[in-house]
Amino acid sequence: MEIFKEDPKIDFLGRRRLGFVLSAALLLLSLGSLAWQGLNLGIDFTGGTLVEVGYEEPVEVSEVEAALADSRYADAQVLHFGSSREILIRVAPLEGVEQAQISQEVFAKLTQAHEGVELRRVEFVGPQIGEELTTQGLLALLLALAGVLVYVAFRFEYRFAVGAVAALLHDIVLILGFFSLTRMTFDLTVLAAVLATIGYSLNDSIVVSDRIRENFLKVRKGTTEYIMNLSVNQTLSRTLVTSFTTLLVVCALIFLGGEIIRGFAVALLIGVIVGSYSSIFISSATSLALGVSKQDLMPPEKEGADQPDHETVPPQERF
Amino acid sequence: MNRYPLWKYVLLLVVLLTGILFALPNLFGEDPAVVVTTQEGEVPAQEVQDEVLAFLEERGVRPEVAEVLDERWVLRYRSTETQMRASDLVAGKLGRDYSVAMTLVPAAPQWLRALGAEPMFLGLDLRGGVHFLLQVDLDAMIEDVLEGYQNDIRTLLREERIRYASLELEEGQRVRALFTSEALRERAEALIARHVEGIVIEYEEDEAEQTYSLLITLDEDDVQEMRSLAVQQNITTLRNRVDELGVAEPVVQRQGSDRIVVQLPGVQDPAQAKEILGATATLEFRFVDHSDFPFSGDPDDPEAVPAGSQLFPMRGEGRYDYVLLERSVIVGGDRIIDASSGFDQQTQAPEVNVRLSGTGGRIMSRATRERVGDHMGVLFIERITETELVDGEPQRVSREVAEVISVARIRETLGGRFRITGLESTEEAGTLALLLRAGALAAPIDIVEERTIGPSLGAENVERGFMAVVFGFLLVVAFMAFYYRVFGWVANLALLTNLIIIIAVLSMLQATLTLPGIAGIVLTVGMAVDANVLIFQRIREELKAGTPIQTAIDSGYSKALSTIADANITTLIAALVLFIFGTGPVQGFAVTLAIGLATSMFTAIVGTRAIINLIYGGRKVSEIKI
Repeated sequence: MEIFKEDPKIDFLGRRRLGFVLSAALLLLSLGSLAWQGLNLGIDFTGGTLVEVGYEEPVEVSEVEAALADSRYADAQVLHFGSSREILIRVAPLEGVEQAQISQEVFAKLTQAHEGVELRRVEFVGPQIGEELTTQGLLALLLALAGVLVYVAFRFEYRFAVGAVAALLHDIVLILGFFSLTRMTFDLTVLAAVLATIGYSLNDSIVVSDRIRENFLKVRKGTTEYIMNLSVNQTLSRTLVTSFTTLLVVCALIFLGGEIIRGFAVALLIGVIVGSYSSIFISSATSLALGVSKQDLMPPEKEGADQPDHETVPPQERF
Repeated sequence: MNRYPLWKYVLLLVVLLTGILFALPNLFGEDPAVVVTTQEGEVPAQEVQDEVLAFLEERGVRPEVAEVLDERWVLRYRSTETQMRASDLVAGKLGRDYSVAMTLVPAAPQWLRALGAEPMFLGLDLRGGVHFLLQVDLDAMIEDVLEGYQNDIRTLLREERIRYASLELEEGQRVRALFTSEALRERAEALIARHVEGIVIEYEEDEAEQTYSLLITLDEDDVQEMRSLAVQQNITTLRNRVDELGVAEPVVQRQGSDRIVVQLPGVQDPAQAKEILGATATLEFRFVDHSDFPFSGDPDDPEAVPAGSQLFPMRGEGRYDYVLLERSVIVGGDRIIDASSGFDQQTQAPEVNVRLSGTGGRIMSRATRERVGDHMGVLFIERITETELVDGEPQRVSREVAEVISVARIRETLGGRFRITGLESTEEAGTLALLLRAGALAAPIDIVEERTIGPSLGAENVERGFMAVVFGFLLVVAFMAFYYRVFGWVANLALLTNLIIIIAVLSMLQATLTLPGIAGIVLTVGMAVDANVLIFQRIREELKAGTPIQTAIDSGYSKALSTIADANITTLIAALVLFIFGTGPVQGFAVTLAIGLATSMFTAIVGTRAIINLIYGGRKVSEIKI
């Protein structure tokens, strides 16, 4: 079975303005939301205490809130987690309390009010650790970006690298924007998913760039834009198929993986979708806008003439 | 064309078989078990084993299997509930002479274990348990020490009647002594330098205000040593306390310069764990009551203990069973700066060197001046928690235990540094030094991070992760078979092999599998087919361009190769960054992602090629199903 019987001839780059407009709109929306309401950061970054409890029967959030009402945890955030029998309680860092005792006190309050409460999970992160994790997380993001920038610049050409990284930044901002708009909790695992998306999204951009390079050498006639368009179209089936298989497993994670990694899986979902989109619309278009041309990828005359290396030989000459 | 040499098939087969072999133990899983050893780490005697088994049978918690494994007596159970109950019962029955711990032992048959094949190591989020990150408050410790010096200096100056304007602790880092004339300051400096060790004294003056100060800081080398000792000391103490909890495979590790990670798999009650980890032992130096020494009375008879004295048992197999100590304490353990075992320079006999703080030394010297020739005892007090049988039911009880750990004759007036000699062996000296340090001024610790996963949630996470892997895998398999037909099935075979090899590698490395780690495996399943998609699309393109079938297959593989490599290397870079910066679960994700990508390159390129070659290679083919 095939998606396209013939190679598609969609004029992606001709319509790059459309792509840019759409992306610009989404980016503005994301950045606006990030600036206006920020991210709903998890306790990994803010510090605080998280208590997950299980009840034998479905329980109302208000019931749990009532149990905590006359204590210093009255301001705690209480919500259902996964099912109506599971409750998640989030307590912000409190002044003048033995931080590590908070979870015990909360749990004690709940057991007083209701029988058969099971302590399922406790996460306590001190404010100092939270700060460190935030710094480390940002550092990790920058390092991952720098690492791939260097690799792509080394393997291809700096304009491809800039194009690929532009696509990555675009993807990252959109994922963050999504989490900001939906108010989903942004925790460490979500950050891990963002970093994984960097790898994945780049995957796509590289496959396209690889083909562009190959076609620059192989296809003698036609403008740069024509060749780039051709390459995007030729790799379109692969982009769609791989995105689809990845989406399949990500959906398996979302629906079966449970509540704890749902945020992680959702981040991957968004990452895969915008990653594929950006590799088609943003990555190549950016390198084109930066003025990449056939000549940039031609091997230098002298070396190319007598020492063809693996990548620069038009493949059909091998057989 | 399209034929592989025999050695490639042999290699593939070897890799596949090794993979299956090492992945196999995971199918069997692990049994909950209770592990019993004597305090000396030996297998309990046969009679003890029989007695325990009879007792357990009577209580209705007979183990499935009782066997000796790796010098430990292992009782296997089906469920964690019976395991917990049995563990409590055995601990209550055997008492303090035995170590009883709960653990998981691989259920794989003996021949697999003999090969060294073990199941993957499950992280706390999958097996349940407690993770603590503790911060050693070294600044508080330094401040404490400085405060001690501040008191010493104040006493010294008063005794010598040197007038000072003020004497203050600044920012917990230095002591400032302020004088109104240079002469006073010089006298003070000479006095302090003579009497107080391990400090650095600097001058500072304010001409306008006519004040002259001495800035007293701790010697930097000393501070470094104290810091390092304090963290090490805390780790040792924590290890001892963790042992009390009866947890199998606990982790107590230093992280960075001043943090300690404690992981307790399977611990049900984080509150109790915190209490036990947080409790500190205390130490007291007291004079021995010589009215009855060595103690001759009946320890159970209250009449035998004179007023003003207390009777304490001696720890271990000492020279005395019981010792009478005076009620008043000479100095407490918080005055001990350090204690280390060593050898007497002349006789080479083992000894313990004790270093007290300045004040401690002075109190000690004043107290012992009049009592040379008498005996001094060291009392060690700690809170312990143990399992006891109350009316035949196991119960956790916590109580204070006070024991005399050393009795020694005072041969001369003691000061800030003294030695305890006459010890039987280097081991005894080592143990005594350890106990002295345990009760010494060790830096306070705070819990800065806690992650607790209840056992039921751990089991749920395993189940959910497993389901996600299975369904993710099946969905991809179905799609590939539908979209690429024969080639799709070949890719599916490679995918299955890849999954087996990932599990085998994780098992071999004994890397920790976490829930995000499972997500990494799932993601790899989705991304691993990318290599095959790239190859197959190329083959289709070649076929459309009219290339002969065999050539199309070959060039499909060779053209896709560099793209596949590039694409995977960039993802590996991201995984590497994740591994370096991530903690715990996130690292687990990075590890499985990286392993999955590496193995997928092998199976998706070499593996599928081998099968395609078997099916289509080396003969005339008129049509291929792709």
